[in-house]
Amino acid sequence: MIPVSFDYLAPTTLDEALAALAEHGEDAKVLGGGQSLLPVLRMRLNAPEVVVDLGRIEELRGIREDGDTVVIGAMTTYADVLADATVTEHIALLHKAIAEVADDQIRHRGTVGGAIVHADPAGDVGPAVLALDAEMVIAGPGGRRTVGAADFFTDLFETAVGEGEVLVEIRLPKHTGWGAHYEKFVRVSHQWSIVAVAATVRAEGGTIAEAKVALANMGATPLRAKATEVALTGQPATDVAVREAAASAADGTNPPSDLNGDADYRRHLATVLTRRAVLAAAGS
Amino acid sequence: MTAVAERTALEIGAPRKRKEDQRLITGRTRWTDNIQLPGMLHLAMVRSPFAHANVTAIDTEAAKQAEGVVAVITGADIAATQGACANAWPVTTDQKTPAHLPMVVDHVACTGEIVAAIVARTAALARDAAELVDVTYEELPAVLDAKEAVDDTVLAHPDLGTNTTAVWTLDSAGQGTGGHVDDAIAEARVDGIVIERDYRQQRLIPAFMEPRSTVVDPTGEQITIWSSTQVPHILRFLIAATTGIPESKVRVIAPDVGGGFGGKLQTTPEEFITLAAARQVRKPVKYTETRSESLVSAHHGRDQYQHLTLAATKDGTVTGLKVELIANLGAYVALVGGGVPVLGAWMFNSIYKFGSYRFTTRNVLTNTPWVDAYRGAGRPEATYAIERLMDELAVAVGVDPLAIREQNWITHEEFPFTTVAGMTYDSGNYEAATARAKEIFGYDALRVEQKRRRDDLDPVQLGIGISTFTEMCGLAPSRVLGSLNYGAGGWENAAIRMLPTGKVEVITGTSPHGQGHETAWSQIVADRLGIPFEDIEVLHGDTAVSSRGLDTYGSRSLVVGGEAVVRAADKVVEKAKVVAAHLLEASEADLEFVGGRFGVKGTDKGVGIAEIATAAFTSHNWPEGVEPSIDAEATYDPVNFSFPHGTHLCAMEVDTETGATTMRKYVCVDDIGQIINPLIVEGQVHGGLVQGIAQALWEEAVFDDNGTLVTGSFVDYTLPTSADTINYESEHTTSPSTTNTLGTKGVGEAGTIASTPAVVNAVVDAVRHLGINDIRMPLSPERVWRAIRDAGSAATGDTP
Repeated sequence: MIPVSFDYLAPTTLDEALAALAEHGEDAKVLGGGQSLLPVLRMRLNAPEVVVDLGRIEELRGIREDGDTVVIGAMTTYADVLADATVTEHIALLHKAIAEVADDQIRHRGTVGGAIVHADPAGDVGPAVLALDAEMVIAGPGGRRTVGAADFFTDLFETAVGEGEVLVEIRLPKHTGWGAHYEKFVRVSHQWSIVAVAATVRAEGGTIAEAKVALANMGATPLRAKATEVALTGQPATDVAVREAAASAADGTNPPSDLNGDADYRRHLATVLTRRAVLAAAGS
Repeated sequence: MTAVAERTALEIGAPRKRKEDQRLITGRTRWTDNIQLPGMLHLAMVRSPFAHANVTAIDTEAAKQAEGVVAVITGADIAATQGACANAWPVTTDQKTPAHLPMVVDHVACTGEIVAAIVARTAALARDAAELVDVTYEELPAVLDAKEAVDDTVLAHPDLGTNTTAVWTLDSAGQGTGGHVDDAIAEARVDGIVIERDYRQQRLIPAFMEPRSTVVDPTGEQITIWSSTQVPHILRFLIAATTGIPESKVRVIAPDVGGGFGGKLQTTPEEFITLAAARQVRKPVKYTETRSESLVSAHHGRDQYQHLTLAATKDGTVTGLKVELIANLGAYVALVGGGVPVLGAWMFNSIYKFGSYRFTTRNVLTNTPWVDAYRGAGRPEATYAIERLMDELAVAVGVDPLAIREQNWITHEEFPFTTVAGMTYDSGNYEAATARAKEIFGYDALRVEQKRRRDDLDPVQLGIGISTFTEMCGLAPSRVLGSLNYGAGGWENAAIRMLPTGKVEVITGTSPHGQGHETAWSQIVADRLGIPFEDIEVLHGDTAVSSRGLDTYGSRSLVVGGEAVVRAADKVVEKAKVVAAHLLEASEADLEFVGGRFGVKGTDKGVGIAEIATAAFTSHNWPEGVEPSIDAEATYDPVNFSFPHGTHLCAMEVDTETGATTMRKYVCVDDIGQIINPLIVEGQVHGGLVQGIAQALWEEAVFDDNGTLVTGSFVDYTLPTSADTINYESEHTTSPSTTNTLGTKGVGEAGTIASTPAVVNAVVDAVRHLGINDIRMPLSPERVWRAIRDAGSAATGDTP
């Protein structure tokens, strides 16, 4: 369909973008890669008066190391993340999750920051950054602030990024040497996750020293499977031990019911997929 | 010229790359939506959000004032002139057929019906203005489900008095092709096996790649209509028949059309409304639907409840089959909507011989989008039922499912064979196709692996699914269609124009929308006339060019249209022969036609057919009393249907922990008679397989309680892409059709018809040891998981 007509702004600096957002307030929407916003506009589910495209702001792109942290610019495309050796080496879980995003065309257009701020609970990036304890750097009229992933996703399609603000970069602590696996469950390949599990594990000689597990589409936001993480710590990376720990993966979740499965089925899937993800991440 | 002659003799059967593909792939072509005409205006539709409602008021004032708006049209404005979406196949003489106006006047019978339209200077302005039209609806109770429609508690069309439009029966006892099925069932209940099952053919959405689009140019002497349709000739006829515009004043063009799958075998409200709008504003008007509009308003497919009773002896010899259908036609009886379930009547018996059969379909109306042909149209439903039942029978007898089929099928020595449904199958060899499929598949080894997985309690179980299908193609002998009350004939027309430079134009009445007719028809004519493939141009899809034709559906184009091409070509040769004899000063009896050249036997004297075409142009030296042309036309009415068949074997893995199903291997050996172009055939088979597999595993149109389509976008309507497919192994056996010159049988629908039961049989086979004998389509992971979970508590394995 054809969107309702809107003004299109394409600033080349972050300051210009913030100024545009300050000027237009709630009439403005930010365009990242456009892979979620454009369908929304075309189906006339939203009709902003102004669209501020961040695509020409060079300072929002790129991947760099900063000590024990990998820093990813919000406007970095999925394809750029997948091609980056730093990501593969130090935050393998993000690479694995992004490799499962939609299809090749979307991975060349869509951006990591765009996905995070869109905050679809079935998205692939959310659980990965949540499991990796990432921090989001948000710029606004009053300067910059940093919000941890655990506080960033506030509700369905809602985040800590407020009106007039822009997600600038994602800071991910290095998990060098950690195993990682993203277990995504879909019916057809291009579908959003019915349930997905992001797991990264630090194993020491067959024992799980530390595990971080996050779930997609098990509630209004990506969720950490805290009970499972605690239960896994110090356990052998065996099917029996992991199965027992994964049994609590759905504790405290509130999954949706839809055409692909009701909440009960999703809770069951979460336990199976968590076991598989953790075992794969632990190299077992 | 020798080289050409050698090459052209080999065109039929050659894997020619399609001549149409370069322009289609690179965009060097014209789709309807690409058409731009001077002064062209654009149309947007206002559609009902309610499934059933009375329209009590329409306020168009705000829309009329909006920027760029030229006209706002309501049903009342065009009630008398807009024409009607006709039903061409009233299946019974007393069928109840609700009037189907393209734009409703006061009664909405399903979600998505058009209540108003905006004509504006751009498509965007038309869309904006459409949102300003204020329609007042009085909501009515809606009936959505076919079973619920039967008791008439809620009526889809209150003025009709009932939801049942027709009850159509075929009884072998009544028509003399077999006994009474109730006797066979009663006998089997005493001393045999009775398998009774309820299967559901879910509703599907054809989801062709190119959304529908129509451009109408009312300027000039003829009104020209471009439309993304499978049926330009039928559209022209029905526009004339329902609007009163003389047929001679209407020209319909189907330019390149991006797929149809039966979904564009329709005359649509959108086409009629675009026509009405263009006539009203006297300017060219274009309408192109959005994908969201397409999913809800282009006709849907399938949607049947099937109640089946199969009778057999204790050793598994089938003695009778009773089929009771409830078919959901949606809100209106579409072009051939009532006939789709009826087409299944001759196919439920499939390749098997047994003594008694009764088929009944109750066609009901509901407040859902209309339902009509979708790839296979009636035959997939039938094939699914019988192939699922044969697996159940094998289990009841305790033998391999291939053995139970072999025990009951028609053997190759028995052709021609008249079935219990009354069809005469001309040829086939089920033994050969099955033997080859088994070999490629590695059937015995997979059975061993299946047993090992069961013994090991492997969380991933393996199942093998079989589908030994047949179908009827080549619609259709006109007399048969007449006896079924169908509103048209089944013939096809072709013409061949021999151009002065030796090039050839082939005009066909079939209307390709992705099949590759231009390539295949060129191959046929190349061999028939000895003209190089490259020198042949195939013209189609324009009623001013191919004035006679019945278009493309039901795997009819090659079997019927191809035969017309052959006959037209043979007439050209016949006419040219007279001229050749004159030019060579020889007797016709002494001429032989080889590789495009008439030669005088025993000499090196000869003349090429291209030279004769040139001679016709000048006519300086032409036989006395013979018209100066070797062009020819042929219209062919088939004497019988054709009956492709095949054996499809599918291995599915079932993850019993999640319910996920994964295809491991798919082998099909199809017998489609003589193959003209194996590359095109492979494409048809693979595409067909994916659509059939999609019914088994992925696709279903789902409505909420209000009749709103929940699967209204591709986010929720889980259409597979190439990433969801595996490499299907496709081979062929060949028993040529005996009822057309080329021996072809048709392949457009085979893959879709055969694959659905193969996949479901495989999944059920993988979990049958757990006590499961059915899972409802589509076999979503959740449904499979629930079936497994529930099987422990219910040993009979009720359908989840």
